[in-house]
Amino acid sequence: MRNKFTTLTSTVVPLPIENIDTDQIIPARFLKATTRDGFGENLFRDWRYDADGNPKADFVLNSPRYGGRILVAGKNFGCGSSREHAAWAIAGAGFRAVVSSFFADIFRNNALNNGVLPVKVSEKMLAAIFAAVERDPATQIKIDLEAQTIRIVGTDMLEQFEITAYKKQCLMNGYDDVDYLVSIRPEIEAFESRRQHGQGK
Amino acid sequence: MNTLFDKIWDAHTVKVLDGDSCVLYIDRQYIHEVTSPQAFASLRERGAGVFRPSQVTASPDHNIPTHDQHLPIADQQSAAQVAALYSNCDRNGITLFPIGSPRNGIIHVIGPETGLTQPGMTIVCGDSHTSTHGALGCIAFGIGTSEVEMALASQCILQSKPKSMRINIEGELRPGVCSKDIILYIISKIGTGGGTGHFVEFAGSAIRSLSMEARMTVCNMSIEMGARGGMIAPDQTTFDYLKGREFAPQGKAWDEAVERWSALRSDTDAVFDKEITFDAADIEPMITYGTNPSMGVAVGDKIPSADGDAAARASFDKALEYMGFHAGEKMEGKKVDYVFVGSCTNGRIEDLRAFASIVKGRKKAPDVTVWIVPGSKQVERQAIEEGLRDILEEAGFTLRQPGCSACLAMNDDKIPAGKYCVATSNRNFEGRQGPEARTLLAGPLVAAAAAVTGVVTDPRSLM
Repeated sequence: MRNKFTTLTSTVVPLPIENIDTDQIIPARFLKATTRDGFGENLFRDWRYDADGNPKADFVLNSPRYGGRILVAGKNFGCGSSREHAAWAIAGAGFRAVVSSFFADIFRNNALNNGVLPVKVSEKMLAAIFAAVERDPATQIKIDLEAQTIRIVGTDMLEQFEITAYKKQCLMNGYDDVDYLVSIRPEIEAFESRRQHGQGK
Repeated sequence: MNTLFDKIWDAHTVKVLDGDSCVLYIDRQYIHEVTSPQAFASLRERGAGVFRPSQVTASPDHNIPTHDQHLPIADQQSAAQVAALYSNCDRNGITLFPIGSPRNGIIHVIGPETGLTQPGMTIVCGDSHTSTHGALGCIAFGIGTSEVEMALASQCILQSKPKSMRINIEGELRPGVCSKDIILYIISKIGTGGGTGHFVEFAGSAIRSLSMEARMTVCNMSIEMGARGGMIAPDQTTFDYLKGREFAPQGKAWDEAVERWSALRSDTDAVFDKEITFDAADIEPMITYGTNPSMGVAVGDKIPSADGDAAARASFDKALEYMGFHAGEKMEGKKVDYVFVGSCTNGRIEDLRAFASIVKGRKKAPDVTVWIVPGSKQVERQAIEEGLRDILEEAGFTLRQPGCSACLAMNDDKIPAGKYCVATSNRNFEGRQGPEARTLLAGPLVAAAAAVTGVVTDPRSLM
């Protein structure tokens, strides 16, 4: 059972950079753990801290101007390595949603499997969010999973976003794929035996 | 009118949920030490065992030293991760190829070379370069750790069916152009997101003409254009490669398998959601200049200028600043500090042969540090038996022991800050080879030319 996701209204952390890869989200040298904990503090490690571990003042996560539970990033977010540690780092740093105009496939699945909602918006909406937050860092975004909408609060900037019906149910109810798959093992066994007879394998 | 991908996918679909999420049956699961421990731990917490341990194979590769492998791993965390893999395999009856054993190596190198990877299969691994196996005509793709757990628990994962895409390379490749150049060329044309949401079939006469290992290099980097995976229809090259390998079918079962595999191709009237064709003659030896694999040019070309909207230009400028390069500069002649030959992209025997063909009779450039890391114990053995190691040593190089090494720099093989490394691996992301390291991706011939000249060099000038 995971945390349920219904609606989320929050200020955002803007990261207007394209093609952010999972090596930036969590560098490989931090992948040596055998648990899922503690990745949040190394989120964007090499953009966030210098070689001596001091926070870089110009990086958005270190800025007192911005905060919140929604990360907004440039297009093709999460490309590269399949490391789920990237999703753990984002969740571990307190984010419940990532907004971008384009997500890499594996990252999108990893996020969904960790209760972090990837919200794909149009280029226009993304630009509007960046502009609104630039003008006023207190700008809030509201994400309604049931209605599949994202809105810049206090404006008429509203968009629908897509999510598969199954994943939506999982997130809203806190369900977990592994429990489901274990529950259908008999069906999987039947599939295996059908294949064996059909293919002579 | 089905694509090759459709045929294999549909044959492995147990059921479809809500019209979209497929329960996809997985024939073969590969695991390594970095992306599996949390999956096993979570499985234990649920009290669920591994459903089909005989369909899972493990090899430590990401986080292991590439020298003195007979000694205990010095790094405590790396040692703990490898130990966790060993005990998880032992506890669950999973076949393991431990460090130093004859079958150990990078999981994407040993899958094909042992014959575990076969046409028509579905294969997953917690590593995005699982797409490598698609070269043998199977659906193979990378997954996250939650999905590793799903596959362990049920031999299935939940996945939306990706769209289809075909990339044709037609005509004859020019001399001195290798398969790494093909894939770097494709990615430079379509971008790092050009294949996102799609599963790619590579086709065309130039692809058909490639050896099995060269095909693996192409499929390996499918993920670098965002594709879910890449595949090539099996043919005689595939069958000749697999025949006699340890886990390939034998005798009568082999003949039956070849008959079945021969039907694995896209129908002539199959329609792809996206289709692109390139001319093989347009491809030259390639090298990257930026911080994602699409930022590549022919070795003899200049670094282009920023293009596109403000966000795209800002990202481009940020990349060049990181690399210490400027638009309009020539790549040829740029100083190189390190050369890395290896990885699941170019760590196979043909890659070492290609590298050796250039360095033979020459000497390593004095100021370049070169790491040559075989992809597996078998590649290492073969390199020694064929005399490649002797050629390398005469030229001033050493052959290290197998592992992922400086491709992702999880072990000690890190490129120092600010240094330039010509690497035969797959990613030139910021910090990929070590904090602030600068990576120039290229094939083994370009790597060899850099290793003996100390600068970016067109290998054709040395051939």
